[in-house]
Amino acid sequence: MQELGRIGFNEAQGDLLDVATVFCREQSPIARVRALIDSETGHEPAVWSQIAELGWLGVAIPEAFGGVGLSLTEVVPLVEQMGRNLLSTPFVSTTLAAQAILAGGTEAQQQAWLPKLATGAAGTLALVEASGDWDLTHVDCTAQDAGGGRLALAGQKLLVSDAATAAVIVVSLRFEGRPALALVEPGDLPIGALRRETIIDETRRAYAVDLTGATIGREALMDPERAADALAHIHLAANLLAAAEMCGGTQAVIDYTLDYARTRKQFGQLIGAYQAVKHPLVEAYVRYEQARSHLYAAAHSFAEQGTGEIATRMAKAIADQVFSYASDRAIQFHGGFGFTYDCDAQLYRRRAIWHASQYGDAGYHKKKLADLLL
Amino acid sequence: MSDTDPKDLAAYAEAADAWFRENVVADPGFMLPLTFMEVGTDQQFHFLQDWQHKVWEAGYLGAAWPKAYGGRGLSQAFQNAATRAMRRHNGPIMLNAIGINWTGPLLLDIGSEAHKLKYLKGIVSAEDIWCQGFSEPENGSDLGNAQTRAVRDGDDYVLNGSKIWTTLGRYAKYMILLCRTDPSAARKYDGLSFILTPMTVPGVRTVPIRKLTGEHGFTQTFFTDARAPADGLMGKEGEGWKVAMRTLEYERGARGGQAGGYVSVPSDAWDVLELARRMQRGGAPALADPVLRDQMVDFMIEIQSLSLCRDRLAIPALNTDRPMGLPLSSKLMSTEFGRRVNAFAVSLTGARGGYYVGDGNAVDDGVWTRAYLNAFSATIGGGTSQIQHNIIGEHVLGLPKS
Ligand SMILES: Cc1cc2nc3c(=O)[nH]c(=O)nc-3n(C[C@H](O)[C@H](O)[C@H](O)COP(=O)(O)OP(=O)(O)OC[C@H]3O[C@@H](n4cnc5c(N)ncnc54)[C@H](O)[C@@H]3O)c2cc1C
Repeated sequence: MQELGRIGFNEAQGDLLDVATVFCREQSPIARVRALIDSETGHEPAVWSQIAELGWLGVAIPEAFGGVGLSLTEVVPLVEQMGRNLLSTPFVSTTLAAQAILAGGTEAQQQAWLPKLATGAAGTLALVEASGDWDLTHVDCTAQDAGGGRLALAGQKLLVSDAATAAVIVVSLRFEGRPALALVEPGDLPIGALRRETIIDETRRAYAVDLTGATIGREALMDPERAADALAHIHLAANLLAAAEMCGGTQAVIDYTLDYARTRKQFGQLIGAYQAVKHPLVEAYVRYEQARSHLYAAAHSFAEQGTGEIATRMAKAIADQVFSYASDRAIQFHGGFGFTYDCDAQLYRRRAIWHASQYGDAGYHKKKLADLLL
Repeated sequence: MSDTDPKDLAAYAEAADAWFRENVVADPGFMLPLTFMEVGTDQQFHFLQDWQHKVWEAGYLGAAWPKAYGGRGLSQAFQNAATRAMRRHNGPIMLNAIGINWTGPLLLDIGSEAHKLKYLKGIVSAEDIWCQGFSEPENGSDLGNAQTRAVRDGDDYVLNGSKIWTTLGRYAKYMILLCRTDPSAARKYDGLSFILTPMTVPGVRTVPIRKLTGEHGFTQTFFTDARAPADGLMGKEGEGWKVAMRTLEYERGARGGQAGGYVSVPSDAWDVLELARRMQRGGAPALADPVLRDQMVDFMIEIQSLSLCRDRLAIPALNTDRPMGLPLSSKLMSTEFGRRVNAFAVSLTGARGGYYVGDGNAVDDGVWTRAYLNAFSATIGGGTSQIQHNIIGEHVLGLPKS
């Protein structure tokens, strides 16, 4: 019988969960979330600085590079609470960029970037292309030797989160016939390389990044021997943190719908008394608790070879199923108001669609799990 | 043996492991029930009664109950170790479920000394089988409306009415009875009382009911001027609802005091996976079919959910928002899983899914179809899944009553 991962919870996770629960609630009331939708960068610089001051950006970065020396296990409760309050910042992008550099960067790159990413410089990942393929080793953008120790880049990256804020972008490229990773800085890109995209989740920011015409030094290339492992790690890390954000979002959308079900009356009684409303809400709630158990099992088991992958894919798959279901029912159970822009149900439903679309949805992860388990 | 010395605990656990390895009968020559609610034949009943007696005699059931009442006076850790050994070696279920899981803990909590001396040893040794008389033909989910009458007459209550779906009814020596002592109470709940009732007295008649599987399982129990000693009253007259709700907490494991062991074997996705490896579709293993693979993975995720949620209960920091959420959801989660995974197993068996227990060509002797049909015992018994939804909606999510 294969090990599927076990649940565990350490003291640091507990402390971070407590602090994040309060911080995210206070810093991200729904009015501010909505106000930020109309802003250019989609986040509040003051909140971003506070997150840096709290040390959260360094949680999963080793002490040798100015971090706290913990791991993604401890990042999960933070991201869960951000998701619960729809708190958008480049936190996840930056954490994943740091993970990529840890997993595949050269010594020099780690020395140069990790201390910055630990203290408030934003980073991100440029992995998706026009194929829309979730397989990160499917890369069509290229890097080619341009002589003089320079590489010429070509192709377009899509759906790059927070690219306009990032001081460094981890880009996947095809180089010498194999997938490779490289660090690209804004200054490496031609003017106008970034185009803000119109995405389903308006609380986030994503950009198309046109690499054609950009050149980088050879030293910007990450360790080619570790590129495949680094891509695999990024894929799982991104899914782990997505599952965290989704669990938080699911909890919030269930609570939001419960509030309505406890206050809206029709036919002389509260709509929450109708079982056609009550029972699906219970279904969503029970599935949410299951998803949260999977999330904290994935967080706990993440570093374990093999088991970490199984637990993480399970966590993302069930998080997708329940976030989609709960936010879909949230629209329905608000009636006509549910169809409006003013109703928060759309914020969650859009976010669930976004997360399903990035790094693989439930069906994709279940296919991977089938190959691992059956 | 001291109950604080970890060396003693380790030795006990080791002895229990050896004992179950030695004594579990892998194949008694007939199909054993997977839950106490399924016991259908005398053969099954007697086998399981002997088995529970043997486990008790060996010191692996009721180990944490006081010595004076048939226990061993050890701490719960000892009993838990024995229960783990029982599971490890796939021991058959404990038969006297209503006794060891509900009545026993209730008596230990609020019973008189006389109650404890009279009943507990018979419960744990399986000599005295207990049943539960809550549901009535007209009042099932609406248990608070139970109408079976109990009228005080001297030292007895005189009982009239009928209970139904009484698991182990025809074998039981005693019943925990929920009955109406005050039909004029303003609130229906306040007219109820909870009485330990003998089943072998004049005026008590049980009629077997045939289950959907074709076997005879539970019974309908008729009371016609039957007399139950008044000293069997638990709590005060009119407090029956409170006591009944308390017994449900023992059932759910929300309160301790159970004798140990287990009274049902949960459905397991791993067994179904093993079945899927053996079955065929289009000349290839069923597991090559992408649709079946996808469904199988859903069940693997779900069985893992059940086990993770159980473990999460031990982590208070992950249960702060709705502390009763997981405890009150566990029955719904596990029983609905059991029903669906067994239906999936039946479909995996292809054309042979058309057989039933008794035909030599049935896959695994027909155990999957039987397990699916029997799975409803748990989605209906102990409060239906729909009622579980109401309970979670109202008591966990704070929604108004339906
Ligand atoms: C195998 C088995 C063993 C049992 N053993 C015992 C036993 O030992 N002792 C005992 O006392 N009882 C026992 N029961 C009885 C069991 O507790 C009842 O069957 C159960 O509580 C349902 O009651 P009912 O059968 O009257 O169904 P009903 O209450 O009539 O329900 C019929 C249907 O209506 C639904 N329904 C009812 N009310 C509501 C509502 N408010 N909202 C939504 N849906 C509703 C139910 O979910 C069900 O689907 C056993 C049952 C089974 C199947």
